[in-house]
Amino acid sequence: MKIHQISLFVENKPGHIVAPARLLAKEGVDIRALYLADTKQYGILRMIVSDWEKAAHTLESHGFVVKVTDVLAIFVPDRPGGLADVLEALDGSGINIEYMYAFSDVRGDEAILILRFADTDAAIARLQAAGINLLASDELLK
Amino acid sequence: MNSTLEANIADCTSVSAQDYTPVARMRELQMQRLQAVVGRAWQQVKLFRTRMGERGLTPREIRTLEDVRKLPFTAKSDLRDTYPFGLFASPMKDVVRLHVSSGTTGKPIVVAYTKEDVDVWTSVMVRCLAGCGLHPGDIVQVAYGYGLFTGGLGAHYGAEALGATVVPTSGGNADRQIMLMKDFGVTAICCTPTYFLHLIDRAAELGVDMKELPLRAGVFGAEPWTDSMRKHIESMSRIEAFDIYGLSEIIGPGVGCECSRHDGLHIFEDHFYPEIVDPTTGETLPDGSEGELVLTTLSKQAMPMVRYRTRDITMIMPGRCECGRTLRRIARIGRRSDDMLIIRGVNVFPSQVEAALLQIEGTLPHYQIVLTREQGLDQMEVQVEVTPQMFTDKIGALQGLHDRLQGALDHVLGIRVEVALVEAYTIERSQGKAKRVIDRRAT
Repeated sequence: MKIHQISLFVENKPGHIVAPARLLAKEGVDIRALYLADTKQYGILRMIVSDWEKAAHTLESHGFVVKVTDVLAIFVPDRPGGLADVLEALDGSGINIEYMYAFSDVRGDEAILILRFADTDAAIARLQAAGINLLASDELLK
Repeated sequence: MNSTLEANIADCTSVSAQDYTPVARMRELQMQRLQAVVGRAWQQVKLFRTRMGERGLTPREIRTLEDVRKLPFTAKSDLRDTYPFGLFASPMKDVVRLHVSSGTTGKPIVVAYTKEDVDVWTSVMVRCLAGCGLHPGDIVQVAYGYGLFTGGLGAHYGAEALGATVVPTSGGNADRQIMLMKDFGVTAICCTPTYFLHLIDRAAELGVDMKELPLRAGVFGAEPWTDSMRKHIESMSRIEAFDIYGLSEIIGPGVGCECSRHDGLHIFEDHFYPEIVDPTTGETLPDGSEGELVLTTLSKQAMPMVRYRTRDITMIMPGRCECGRTLRRIARIGRRSDDMLIIRGVNVFPSQVEAALLQIEGTLPHYQIVLTREQGLDQMEVQVEVTPQMFTDKIGALQGLHDRLQGALDHVLGIRVEVALVEAYTIERSQGKAKRVIDRRAT
């Protein structure tokens, strides 16, 4: 259920995202999803990649500060109300979403939602009880 | 610049009489006061008595002025180690004022004044200002910070006692400073030289011509500045710029000041005994040799300082000043023998930055202090490399860390600094050790 997400610290300056992208390319690591959270000074680059261990190792050995965290991935029907249905399942549970991002899968008519929870296990239990299908990493990365 | 008629009038008034004491009489006075201050410190201050004991000394061994060399030094670390009141020689009921200055780590240092000490401080400030040609009728803007810092209140009391009209603007809010200067017809200003540079720039932006104002004197201190800066200031305004010297540990501003000759700073020797020592060996050096200034307070009651190591590098200038004062002079201070930085007139030690970072992080990340000057104002940025321990994937948590670092530095240093989180291994290391301070301020 749990997907390993790679985060790295980057300064908010021109050219600071090229280096990690080039490194991953050289190692043949595919970036499946990416989100940049930024402030005026710096940003956090979050990625779901084809081989998280290789990616983390490569980046760290080149001096990047990397953090691996568990996130959940959910298929959401790409139609009005698709996202609302998922979020409603969490209503009243007290389970807090730290952040989320989404991308649509061009191969089908579904969007993929990546969610980071403070308590991932509680979120899994709640979402599964609501009948929401969580993607395993091989499904996400295929 | 030529000394003005006003300067000569002020010099002849009774406030400056001590400045012209015959040398032999001055040495006699210093000797009497040295014996008194050593006796007082020996009786009242445990640390001093212990150090005297270690050298097999009692106050009786101080028979001539040269015997001052036998006495133990006092360092800033002694003030820190005895924080807050360990070096006081007066009971708190006699202490009327406490001021606070930067220590070398997280803890500040405290200095104390009895009523008599405040009066001495005021009297030396009066002599400074009179030497700069100020007199009753002048309107003096005091733009040094008021509060724990000694600059504001020291200049304030002195200018008031001189009989001038004081405008206590304190630091900051340049637009208001310029407005009041113009509207009130301010004739003299006391502030740091870089702050005055900032006011010059800002006045130009506001369309105020400094040369059109009645402002004719600036008493600038709390940070080292150069003759080229003086030329610049004097060409951009119509003032005569004077250098004033002081430090909280001794009394605050008013330890020494330039006269109209601008050839070194006269030390008010009846209250502060100057020596120059080799910063490494502590050996006393002859007049004319460059070394570290060591000061002994000759009349201080609440907190006598015996042979205080100022860390300021200068020399005692041989010969008599053309102004006629018999007071010895020190050369303008250009550098220090330690790593203290002076930022907008505030003393900052890199070790204080380390203490603040350690306090938040538990471990010391790689960091670098970058100093720049924007529109005449010093800016300090602390760049901190993000370590795996500090890093999180949550932007709010990272922003929280940034704010905690910023808060700790502001708190410890007492000035606004900018914190920049930077990527690991981006701060240059030479021989494995990071260069801690990059100073890009041009003077």
